[in-house]
Amino acid sequence: MSQEEKSTRRLARRVNWETILAVLLAIAIVGGGILNKDFLSPENWTNLLANFVEIALLALPLSLIVITKEIDLSVASILGLSSSLLGLLWEAKVSMPLGILVCLLAGALAGALNGFLVVRFGLPSLAVTIGTLALFRGFAYVLLGDKAVADFPPEYTGFGIGTIPYTFIPSPFALFVILAVVFWLLLHHTTVGRRIYAIGGNQTAALFSGVNISRLKVSLFIASGVISALAGIIYTLRFSSSRADNGIGFELSAIAAVILGGVTVQGGRGTITGVVLSLLLIGILNNVLTLADVANEILRIVTGSLLIVSVLLPNLIASTRERLRLLQRQREIAKLAAVSTTK
Amino acid sequence: MTKEFESRPNGPGQLKVFMRSREASLVLLIAILTAITTVLNPRFLSPQSLKDLMLNVSIIALLVLGQTIIILMRQIDLSISSIVGITAFLSGTLFIGHPGVPSVVVVLAATLAGLILGGVNAALIAWGKIPALITTLGTLYIFRGANYAWVHGRQINAVNVPGSFLAIGTATFMGVPILTWIVLILLVVVAIGLRQYGAGREYYAIGSNPNAAVLAGINVSWRIATGFLISGAIAGLAGALWLARFGTVDATAAEGIELGVITSTVVGGVAITGGVGTVVGAVLGALLLSVFSSTLVFLRVPSFWQQAFQGAMLLLAIAVDAYLAFRHALRSRVKWSHV
Repeated sequence: MSQEEKSTRRLARRVNWETILAVLLAIAIVGGGILNKDFLSPENWTNLLANFVEIALLALPLSLIVITKEIDLSVASILGLSSSLLGLLWEAKVSMPLGILVCLLAGALAGALNGFLVVRFGLPSLAVTIGTLALFRGFAYVLLGDKAVADFPPEYTGFGIGTIPYTFIPSPFALFVILAVVFWLLLHHTTVGRRIYAIGGNQTAALFSGVNISRLKVSLFIASGVISALAGIIYTLRFSSSRADNGIGFELSAIAAVILGGVTVQGGRGTITGVVLSLLLIGILNNVLTLADVANEILRIVTGSLLIVSVLLPNLIASTRERLRLLQRQREIAKLAAVSTTK
Repeated sequence: MTKEFESRPNGPGQLKVFMRSREASLVLLIAILTAITTVLNPRFLSPQSLKDLMLNVSIIALLVLGQTIIILMRQIDLSISSIVGITAFLSGTLFIGHPGVPSVVVVLAATLAGLILGGVNAALIAWGKIPALITTLGTLYIFRGANYAWVHGRQINAVNVPGSFLAIGTATFMGVPILTWIVLILLVVVAIGLRQYGAGREYYAIGSNPNAAVLAGINVSWRIATGFLISGAIAGLAGALWLARFGTVDATAAEGIELGVITSTVVGGVAITGGVGTVVGAVLGALLLSVFSSTLVFLRVPSFWQQAFQGAMLLLAIAVDAYLAFRHALRSRVKWSHV
């Protein structure tokens, strides 16, 4: 196989996954519209887009981390920590902008701790972030206990529940769109992005081609911390409620979105476009099920199943393809053998 | 496990090997913690508080047995808490639906249900080739969601459960609760199985070097599948015992305990990178964490600190493991340089 042929094949495979997602998305939108006439109303779309903005934010840096073959399970706990911190600071009469700044800083510190433990001690990120998942959520409880802070200033909660003037797009979602574009540019149009793929593809090779793996990984974990903290702030403002258990379990939805978006846990693969499509798909699915009065527990089952199926399906396709190729080769060999014996 | 290989005739003696092991340091830590707390509050060593301690640690220690086998193979099982929740409720409904059903039948049914749910994990991981993290994170939510849908706001109360079954969690034999005896017996079984039998050694082999394990003729997929089957069955048994211990069960039973189980296992010296650790150490890890949380309670530290401490302990444990592995690697390099 020539080099060119190989690369077009790889391209075709990548386009495939995103095409599949886009088709599924179209089916979901049309299906949702047929099932429920409220589905296509602007009010519902405001609701739909606002409801998954936190998970969408968590998924962006997480995609990059998973592409480098690491994982961050602590994102939802950082979200909770930042939410509690914001509540505590506001209760202590700290001004809102300063409070938000402190929260983002705390997120950066939390991410830096993850990155430091992973890079400096060479610890597996799975174990580290299971530990910090408990640690950061624990800090959230230490800060706020079982209290709730709710009296945030209306001009800030207004941002949380408001829409961009003259559109149905919720303001927090606009923030996600901007960040998604930034991450898309970073991953697909800069050398940093190429390095991220290089690390995931073959870490040793990346090291020998001069990639500063430690610095890049620490930066990614810090980015994940900051954006998780940002998601915590948005969550707090949207519901005007700061509680230690805010966003418990969000890491599952974020990971499900990343994996369904075509990023593989073996690293080195996946695109921001795929992740954004899968986020929309999950958001629409949740919305359609909620409109159909399906209970919350079914949503859990659906999200969990999506996570498993999105890995199982490509695996099954790959192994079937492999088996077919083997069969074909056997047949060719048998044919050759038959030819040689007749000679 | 490397410790055993070092005990050659001219190497350090058995006692010295033990003194240097993770188990010895855990026992020492538990003793120090107990001593400090007893000095500060003598009620810590009262029979009642000791019994509470044993009961508290028992179910976590039981789950640790399964998780050890899993982590030895570089896998992870996050779904155990959801399996415990489902089987605990199942045990309760069996008592309600069939009054007079023998306790043994209920325990067996719960274990079987756990085995089946573990089988789902096993099939997806061993033959679906899905990483254990993804699979069990998914089934953690699927099983719990199914549990919520099934329970639908109902609750099992202690009055629905026969007294003879609840006695497992309350009665004692030679001063030790029956529940703790069950766990101790299983601990001995699993410890001997992992140490003395070929199948047990295969779990270590897979975790030490998966490629070498394949070349050594081990059926790795099947071995990994058995690990998840065992972990599921143990979680099913733990579900029945959960009902016996607490009497009341609703849809949220055992939610989140997988964190404590994994932390205990890793604190107990089972390296998250696989191939290293013993089940006795892991259970001592569970005991250490349990003593530690009682200490916090006795010292009147707000309960909100518990989770933060648990996370910090897990981070500390993996950091210590990494340091020990690094030192070991350094020492063996020095050894080779003499050859």
